[in-house]
Amino acid sequence: MSTDTTSAIGPVEGGGYDVDNPAPYIEAPRKRTGRTPRATRGNFEMAAWLFMRLSGVVLVVLVLGHLLIQLFLDGGVSKIGFAFVAGRWASPFWQVWDLLMLWLAMLHGANGLRTVINDYAERANTRLWLKGLLYTATVFTILLGTLVIFTFDPNIR
Amino acid sequence: MATPVLDKVEKDSAASPYITVTMRIRRFNPEISDAAVWEDFRIEIDPKERVLDALHKIKWDVDGTLTFRRSCAHGICGSDAMRINGKNRLACKTLIKDINPEKPITVEAIKGLTVLKDLVVDMEPFFQAYRDVMPFLVTKGNEPTRERLQSAEDRERFDDTTKCILCAACTSSCPVFWNDGQYFGPAAIVNAHRFIFDSRDEAGEQRLEILNDKDGVWRCRTTFNCTDACPRGIEVTKAIQEVKRALITRRF
Repeated sequence: MSTDTTSAIGPVEGGGYDVDNPAPYIEAPRKRTGRTPRATRGNFEMAAWLFMRLSGVVLVVLVLGHLLIQLFLDGGVSKIGFAFVAGRWASPFWQVWDLLMLWLAMLHGANGLRTVINDYAERANTRLWLKGLLYTATVFTILLGTLVIFTFDPNIR
Repeated sequence: MATPVLDKVEKDSAASPYITVTMRIRRFNPEISDAAVWEDFRIEIDPKERVLDALHKIKWDVDGTLTFRRSCAHGICGSDAMRINGKNRLACKTLIKDINPEKPITVEAIKGLTVLKDLVVDMEPFFQAYRDVMPFLVTKGNEPTRERLQSAEDRERFDDTTKCILCAACTSSCPVFWNDGQYFGPAAIVNAHRFIFDSRDEAGEQRLEILNDKDGVWRCRTTFNCTDACPRGIEVTKAIQEVKRALITRRF
């Protein structure tokens, strides 16, 4: 057995700083400073956490049902076409199904990515931009999808 | 015949229990260099001794500048939590023979807190989070003239979380804490749990409100690193989930 584990240990970070170029001062986490908000409490994080659990359960039914209908029943994926979609969206039941799936999946995914950004983006600026991009994409997709479901015209030329 | 005979090798090792172990220690001294480096020490030690004994051997016999915290050296004070072979453990509760002494044993400071020197970190953010959850009994009304009595079942409810020794092994093993250090951390939540579920305490609601913070219990991703790291065997992740459940069920 080899005793060499140096490859398992990454390169040593740091360096590049001296007296004229000191390392940036980093405030200790949780330290009370002038910029510390008085309280960052609220029920938003709890609501987001609950929403993930509840929407997850509903999405299991919606998405698995969707996949089953689209890919397996009645000739499988080859049957999907404009006519198939038009036929389904003629019924309010499938409109509601798809609308619900769109909203829940988009919000569920967006909230998941929000927590990933919170956990992994280290600088406030990176966080701001990534979240901005995420929220823009989410709102755009939800609005576009909703618009299509409600204004779908099977006789479009 | 199958008469058990001590063979020569075993006899030799029985005569001298010592083996040679390489201790690979992450050294950092801000007065010498701004970079941390790995330094190897080869020492003779009985594999039935602990990592703390190995560190003592180095400090006392080889290099007196090696710096680490330890107080009771028997797993009670929680001073010597460190990252040994990549896992947070107490140096005084980890035997050399249990962590594969054939390979170099890596010892470094716990992650997520500022290293001051060698294995000593700044524990202030950790204790700030601890103080924030009000880890003391809060009651209203007159002080009883005798003990505040409690049934055995009521005591059992929070028994697990009374075992915490505040060594920071859990909090510094939490990937969410590593990011920006704003998360309360498992240790603070465990100590809040100890009072939230205490039938004698009357500030449970207040503590729950504190942990409803955006950096409170909802940032827990149930990675179970804390439960794995806890040297006292506290089911840390379970305690955090119980606080979450209390937050939801006590309100709706």
